[in-house]
Amino acid sequence: MSKPPLSDAARSGQSSFDGDKARALIPQARLAGPMPWVLGIMVALTVLAAGAGLSLGNLVGDARTELSGGATIQILDADPASRAQQAQAAHEALQTMDIVAQSRLVPQDELDALLEPWLGESGDTETVPVPALIDVRLGGPADAQAIAALRERLADAAPDARVDAQSSWLQPVFKALASLQYLALALVLLLAVTSAAAVFLAARSALGNNRETIEIVHLLGGTDGQIAHLFQRAVMLDSILGGLGGLILGLVALLGLGYQFAALDSGMVASARLGWLDWILVGLIPILGVVLAVTTARYTVLSAVRKML
Amino acid sequence: MSGGDGEVAFFDNVGLRYGTGKEILTDVSFSLWPGSFYFLTGASGAGKTSLLKLLYLAQRPSRGIIRMFGSDVITLPRSRLPGFRRRLGVVFQDFRLVDHLSAFDNVALPLRIAGVDEGELVQPVSDMLEWVGLAHRAEARPETLSGGEKQRVAIARAVIGRPDMLLADEPTGNVDPEMALKLMRLFESLNRLGTTVIVATHDVHLLQNVRSSMIMRLDRGRLADPTGALRYPPRQNAATDGER
Repeated sequence: MSKPPLSDAARSGQSSFDGDKARALIPQARLAGPMPWVLGIMVALTVLAAGAGLSLGNLVGDARTELSGGATIQILDADPASRAQQAQAAHEALQTMDIVAQSRLVPQDELDALLEPWLGESGDTETVPVPALIDVRLGGPADAQAIAALRERLADAAPDARVDAQSSWLQPVFKALASLQYLALALVLLLAVTSAAAVFLAARSALGNNRETIEIVHLLGGTDGQIAHLFQRAVMLDSILGGLGGLILGLVALLGLGYQFAALDSGMVASARLGWLDWILVGLIPILGVVLAVTTARYTVLSAVRKML
Repeated sequence: MSGGDGEVAFFDNVGLRYGTGKEILTDVSFSLWPGSFYFLTGASGAGKTSLLKLLYLAQRPSRGIIRMFGSDVITLPRSRLPGFRRRLGVVFQDFRLVDHLSAFDNVALPLRIAGVDEGELVQPVSDMLEWVGLAHRAEARPETLSGGEKQRVAIARAVIGRPDMLLADEPTGNVDPEMALKLMRLFESLNRLGTTVIVATHDVHLLQNVRSSMIMRLDRGRLADPTGALRYPPRQNAATDGER
């Protein structure tokens, strides 16, 4: 009878147990099992939710940047002559203010054209007084302090002037878009938790199905880490398959939606497109999915194995 | 009380109960010396399998002290137990073979767990299978093996790593007398290499086949030791046994 080789490393309980033979210990259903499919669907949905959230973020960011220094001055005087005189005086006063980078008195023709859909071509400004408008671009942000300073400085030249920050007009829209962003983030987190729960259940099920084998490996001197590693690797292969499938599915859906929205040819929608950093983040989702799945599987198996002596 | 110096296993007033039930093992005390051969006997339900479970570290006792290879395994951290289990070879009463692995892979499992390279384990596993008369069934799965063949695969798996202590629970229960004798010779040859062997059995004929063996008799959870030889084995005799 030959003397079997048993190294000192084997006695220390720290040796690795790897390769095809280790894989064979825990039989895997692979694509015939639910795991890659569940993870694939989760990753596809996460890609969609994250893509939507990032698009909205870009849209809000661009709009905020564009409007942050903008202010609108309306001269609310029913008398056309007085209105024109106050508008001119206000415009001249604005030219002298150091906080103002640029100001433009909107010509009457332009105002008529803006109001044409509501008032018709005649533009009856006598019976329906239309305020004079001055578009102002400040050197800094149009915050409450800057707007108050403008009001104060215009009080003498144009007592009927009403000064508003342009961003305040879109504040409700920004708030709605921010809510959608939070919703997208919540969806991503929810999908991550659901994915972890799916892996947890799958790992528990696999543990139950392979309990006898695990006990044998345990009693033959297998470490908790070795046993967890057997499951981790199986889950990793499943999650890579599911993650890649889900990423492709999610990207197709995302690009399809982007194509549809681009066809609207709206300036606002155009700023909602994804940048290269966004695409990298979207591409990281299946990788994070694999890490999440493997970590969940590891801790699920370890917590179960630690109940054995 | 001996402190576990030199003993392979040392039990002192060990008791075992499952849950809140009555004690399965009561005040069990003994020392197992390296290179000794022990038969563990007793009626069904006497606690033989429970005692073996304590020895192969599948169960913690309810009370008492257990030292294995000089270490207190009750207070030892879990993470260090696999190292001790790798020094043990166990033949389970129900074989406990992995159903979806071949006979070869089942026998090779302890070596693979211990991190032995594939290239280094083929020869010893093949030799071991040949020794137990199953070289021709190396690729067979347990479900296609007879009870006796499964028993031999289980024994081959237990001894392949040349353990410091071999624990066998009714190892000859499913084999014919000729094979039973052959298996006992295998255990004896391992014992001569220095492995401590403990065989739990009902078969009184086996006891006569290993002359220098000691008998541990369990009766309703208590170890019969009228002369105290199990608890306080004479060192000289134990050493002599180990040198056989």
